[in-house]
Amino acid sequence: MIEVKNLSKKYGDKQAVKNISFKVEQGEILGFLGPNGAGKSTTMNMLTGYISSTSGQVLVNGVDIFEDPKKAKSFIGYLPEIPPLYIDMTIDAYLSFVYDLKKCKLPRKAHLKDVCDLCKITDVRHRIIKNLSKGYRQRVGLAQALINNPPVLILDEPTVGLDPNQIIEIRTLIKKLGKRHTVILSSHILPEIQAVCDRIIIINKGEVAADGTADEIARQLTNEHKMTLRIEGTTKTAADKDEIVKAIKSLKGIKYVRADMERERGIYDYDVEADENTDIRRALNELCRQKGWNILMLQLSDLTLEDIFLKITMGDNDIKLEPNERPRINIKFDEEDSEEDVEENAEEEDNDDNNGGND
Amino acid sequence: MGAIYRREMNAFFISGVAYVFLFVFYLLSGYFFYAGVIGSGRTDMSPVFSNMFIIILFLIPILTMRLLSEEKKNKTDQGLLTAPVGLWDIVLGKYFAALTLFIIAESVVFIYAGILAYLGDVVLSTLLGNYFAMLFLGGAFIAVGIFISSLTENQMASAVASMLALFVLYLFDSFAANISNENISKVITSLSFYSRYIEFTQGIFSLPSVVFFLSAAFLFNFFTVRVLDKRRWG
Repeated sequence: MIEVKNLSKKYGDKQAVKNISFKVEQGEILGFLGPNGAGKSTTMNMLTGYISSTSGQVLVNGVDIFEDPKKAKSFIGYLPEIPPLYIDMTIDAYLSFVYDLKKCKLPRKAHLKDVCDLCKITDVRHRIIKNLSKGYRQRVGLAQALINNPPVLILDEPTVGLDPNQIIEIRTLIKKLGKRHTVILSSHILPEIQAVCDRIIIINKGEVAADGTADEIARQLTNEHKMTLRIEGTTKTAADKDEIVKAIKSLKGIKYVRADMERERGIYDYDVEADENTDIRRALNELCRQKGWNILMLQLSDLTLEDIFLKITMGDNDIKLEPNERPRINIKFDEEDSEEDVEENAEEEDNDDNNGGND
Repeated sequence: MGAIYRREMNAFFISGVAYVFLFVFYLLSGYFFYAGVIGSGRTDMSPVFSNMFIIILFLIPILTMRLLSEEKKNKTDQGLLTAPVGLWDIVLGKYFAALTLFIIAESVVFIYAGILAYLGDVVLSTLLGNYFAMLFLGGAFIAVGIFISSLTENQMASAVASMLALFVLYLFDSFAANISNENISKVITSLSFYSRYIEFTQGIFSLPSVVFFLSAAFLFNFFTVRVLDKRRWG
C-alpha cells in the first residue's frame, strides 16, 4: 500500500531524515515511535506530499507522490500534528468544505453523518470550532482525514493533549479503522503504540532503528540468553551460593554468573548469561539433577517495549546487530548523550536499591 | 478551486472583513460621487473613478492580507497542500474570492449611474470603460496583495507591506519624472499603473493597458504559486 525507498530530508546542513525505507501492507497498523525531534513528523509530511524529500521515493498505492501528487494524495487521509482546522467555521461547514476539497463523490449528507458518528462529534456539529475543547478539535481533525474514505490514514500524534478517557476512545477508534484502512500512526507514547499497532518502526535521529512487531523486536533484543534462576541447594544456607555459582560457571558457554539476593529462606537467585548460540537450559537441568539441587524458577529476562525504546534511543551499545535479518536494529552511539544517560541510569539504580533496602 | 473559493467567500463575511471593506468603499465612493459628480452638476462619473485609485490602493491589502498568511500561521495550509488539489487551484480560489468581493464593491457605480440617469444623460460606454478599467486594476492589485500575503505569517505585516508595494507602484510616475535617462524613464512610465488607469478615466480605452493589467495579475499569481511550491522544498 505504501512503499518508502531511501527517503532523506535535509534542512540546510541538518539531516532530519536519513535513508528511511519501509513498506506498509494493506490493512496494517504501523506505529512510528521515536523521541521528540526524531524525524517522525518530517517523514509523515513527506509521505503526504506536504514537503518534498531531498532524495528517495514514496509510492502510495503504486503512485509516486512527487510525480502524480494529486492522485497519490487522493488515497491519503492525513491528520497533522496540529489539526488543520478553520476555527471560525462550524464543524458542519468545515467538514462540508473538506468534502468539496477532496472532490468526494459519496452521498454528502449520509457520508458526513457517518464520519461524525464514527468520531463522536454528532452532537456538536453545529458549534463553531473555536469554542470546542482540544479533544473535540482532535476528533474533528480525525473526521476530516476520514472524509472520502481514503484507503490510507496517516495520523501524527493523534492522542496528544487528550484526557485518558478520550485517549482510550481514539485508540479504540483507530483499531476499528485499521480493519478497513491502512494506518500509519506516530507517537512518542509507548503503551499507545503497543496497544494499537501491528507493527512498529522505531525512529531515532532520523534513521530507522528497529522494525518489526513488538514481540519480534523484543525477542531480537532478549536473544542474549540472559536468565534469572532460583536454585535450592542441598544445605539451604549461604554456603550453597558459592558452590552453585562455581558449578554453573563450569558449564559450557557460560559468560557470566552472579548470585543475587536471598529470595526464600536459604535459597538464592542467580543471574546467568550464556553465549548467544548456546541454550544452557538442558545442561542446567542435568547439572542440578546430578547435584541434587532443585530449580525453583527459570525466567528469561524479558524486555518491555519501554526497555527497548530506552535502549535504542539512548544508545545502549550492548545491543547486538544482526544485519539482513528482520527485525533490523541499527543503533548509532552518540557519545555526549550517552554519558549523560549513564549518569541518569546510575542514579535511578541507586534509588531502586534504596527502595529495596527500605522494603 | 470551487471549495476554496466558497470557503474564502464565507470567511470574508464571517470575519467581518467584507463588511469593513464594503462599508469604506461605499462611503468614500459615495462621497466622491456626491462631491465630484452631483455637486458639480456633471453626468460623467470619471471623478469617482480617478479618486478611487488611491482608496483601493489602501483597501485591497485589507482584503488580501490574511488569505495566505493566516493559513500558514494556523497550519491550515497543511490541510490544503495534502488534499488532492493543485497549487493553482488554491491560489486562484483565493484570488477569485477576493476579486468577487471587489466586484460587489465596485458595482455600486451602477446605482450611482441609475441616480444620474434620473437627473440627466449617462454615457454608458464611458461608464463601462471606467468600470472595467477599475476591475482590471483591482485584479492586478489583488494578485500583488496575495503574493505578499504568501511571504509572511503575520497579517499586519502582510497588509502594511502590500500597501507600501501598491503605493510604490503608484509613485512610478513621479520616479519617471525625476530620472534624466530617457530610456529608463520610458520603461518606468510604461510600468506605471496610475497613468495607465487614469487614461481610462479620461475616456481612452487602451487595449495594451488591459493586457498590461491582466499580465500583472497573472504574473503575481504565478509568483504566489512559486512561493508555495518553494516552501515545500525548504
